[in-house]
Amino acid sequence: MTTLTDPPKETFRLGMLIYDTRYRSMTIQVVALIAFMLLAAWLISNTITNLNTLGKPVQFGFFTETASYDINQKLIEYNNQDSHLRAAFVGLLNTLLVAALGCVTATVVGVLVGVLRLSPNWLVGRIMTVYVEMFRNVPVLLWIVLAMAILIESLPAPSAFRGDDPSSTMKLMDSVAFTNRGVYIPEPLFTRSLGDIHLFGASPVRFDISLDLIAFVLVLGLSIFAARKISARARAVQEATGVRPRTWHVNLAVIFLPTIALLAALGFHLGYPALKGFNFQGGTHMRNSLIALWLALSLYTAAFIAEIVRGGILAISTGQTEAAGALGLRPRRIMSLVVLPQALRVIIPPLISQYLNLTKNSSLAIAVGYMDITGTLGGITMNQTGRELECVLLLMLVYLVLSLMISAVMNFYNNRVKLVER
Amino acid sequence: MRKSVFLGALTVAGLAAGAAAAATLDDVKARGTLNCGVSTGLAGFSSPDANGNWEGFDVAVCRAVAAAVLGDQSAVEFVPTTGKTRFTALSSGEIDMLSRNTTWTFSRDNDLKFTFVGVNYYDGQGFIVPKALGVTSAKELDGATVCIQTGTTTELNLAEFFRVNNISYEPVPIETNAEALQQYSAGACDAYTTDASGLAASRATFENPSEHTILPEIISKEPLGPLVRHGDDEWGDIVRWTLNALIAAEEMGVTSANVEDMASAPTNNPEINRLLGTEGNLGEIIGLDADWAKKAIAANGNYGEIFEKYIGEKTPIGLARGLNAQWTNGGLIYSPPFR
Repeated sequence: MTTLTDPPKETFRLGMLIYDTRYRSMTIQVVALIAFMLLAAWLISNTITNLNTLGKPVQFGFFTETASYDINQKLIEYNNQDSHLRAAFVGLLNTLLVAALGCVTATVVGVLVGVLRLSPNWLVGRIMTVYVEMFRNVPVLLWIVLAMAILIESLPAPSAFRGDDPSSTMKLMDSVAFTNRGVYIPEPLFTRSLGDIHLFGASPVRFDISLDLIAFVLVLGLSIFAARKISARARAVQEATGVRPRTWHVNLAVIFLPTIALLAALGFHLGYPALKGFNFQGGTHMRNSLIALWLALSLYTAAFIAEIVRGGILAISTGQTEAAGALGLRPRRIMSLVVLPQALRVIIPPLISQYLNLTKNSSLAIAVGYMDITGTLGGITMNQTGRELECVLLLMLVYLVLSLMISAVMNFYNNRVKLVER
Repeated sequence: MRKSVFLGALTVAGLAAGAAAAATLDDVKARGTLNCGVSTGLAGFSSPDANGNWEGFDVAVCRAVAAAVLGDQSAVEFVPTTGKTRFTALSSGEIDMLSRNTTWTFSRDNDLKFTFVGVNYYDGQGFIVPKALGVTSAKELDGATVCIQTGTTTELNLAEFFRVNNISYEPVPIETNAEALQQYSAGACDAYTTDASGLAASRATFENPSEHTILPEIISKEPLGPLVRHGDDEWGDIVRWTLNALIAAEEMGVTSANVEDMASAPTNNPEINRLLGTEGNLGEIIGLDADWAKKAIAANGNYGEIFEKYIGEKTPIGLARGLNAQWTNGGLIYSPPFR
């Protein structure tokens, strides 16, 4: 007769935390966590104590004080009697502007260069290689400074446009002026403007949105939506009958007529820049600092994007290209219909980090005097109020939130284009 | 998210941890060198010469303090700072004192927690414009593009001047004097504004100084002087009285040429004797050697000698003493008595 004995009752002893492999890893993690938190607590309390000794406790009250400095490029209304918070907001919008412009340009240039670098044309391929290697291997700060220096030294000062026999003239039928203070382009104006919406009342983050712009975007959006519906119907007809009705002229009319009608109704016209006093007045002034920063950041990032695009394309097996070729597709359509859509799945995740890099690199703006958030909150405000810790922490938070937002948007897009696996 | 903020806090905390150490004098003596913050380069005030040695009017103050404290005027580590980085460098303890044409203002003294130990140059903010522009007064600058060093009092004065006079301008913020001059000479700005002394110093470096004019308006008071952190009064006293010693030396006729003679035996002027340590124990009171002031004066001469050597009328900078003459000559330079 055999008896089954229960395995000996397990008793927990303290030593098992170290000697028992089931618990050991947990023990190590807990100890490491406690040590980490102690270190953090020590550093934070040290900072606070030291700042208190210095008579500078951590406070954010300075934000409501008058900024008293001027900012040249402001997308929203601002003057030197506004608060530091308002100045920081102006800077934030400038950061967003250059980041958005930079991301779009970098993507366009990057995709183009990436594709061209694979070109069978020897010369084109080599030129693109030179471009990529040059931009990738020189720090972006140098490119920014170089771009600024070229703009300042090579373009004429506004005074060169003055006089009966000026040494410089405006380009494109007297509508655009290239000067070493920036480019002046015509601005859209409306004689029967709908006005603005004022958001957030009188708070420091108040801003106006032009109703004209909203109307324009709305009408254009609806038109494009309608045009796509028409195309979808044409496709349905094509699938049913094999004959595709001609739609391009209808589409063109649907997209452009309502928009043109709207612009006419609003009394759209262009305001041209004109030399008056020391500078050009009227029109939109794109400052050199913006152009230099935008160009340098996008060309630099484009070099990285080009490599990502090239890698993505090379990841698609040549069998795909050959198969598409065998079906009779021309090389351009092979690229746009077969290769790129598949390559996108490889391209997008590293592309996200390039967008993040560009946004963070835009903090080098002060090198050319572009007033981004690092220039306002992390520069002048920090300097005039002496609140280094507060400003730096806030600045980090701003960039963090910005980066996370870009990541979220791009991840959403990535999820839509990625291969659906079952 | 929490992690990044935390890591940032960690960095800042690391910086701040070194900050509040009290006895700067002991630190300087233990280190054997004085860390002195200067500008990144302003001819006459602080700039490196062809051999890389820093020299100038502000640099001389650093050297005098090093001579008084360490007995060696070359025991200075010069830390170039921009208008933006100077205060962080001082309050974080990276430098022991800042001698960088910095304006003494209420908020810097009280809010930023610094102690200005005196004034070594009474200045005011002016404008420089090319003569070709035909401008004769700053009030004619309506709509002009003005280059300005960011993070300075001049930035605030400029905003205030144009607001009060109800005229508009376009500011071009720039980090350093050199970059500002580059933009100004390329015509990217119509006018450049900074302290009048700085304008004179900059004009001296132009190819054709006569083609530029400094406008008559002085739109602000800019008393420039060395400063230290709040919280270490002994150290502040040492820097203050070293500066005063240079000023008093000029008043009493003690120069780098005769200071050795005067210090070798008591003279018949008791204040000179107290200053040079042949009478009384002022050195002991301030916590330095008895001949501390002698060493400070021997380094680069008295205040007047320093002025003439670096920025005076015989130099390319060509500044007249004006407000910066001794009080006995109708100026504002005045040292409290050595007693």
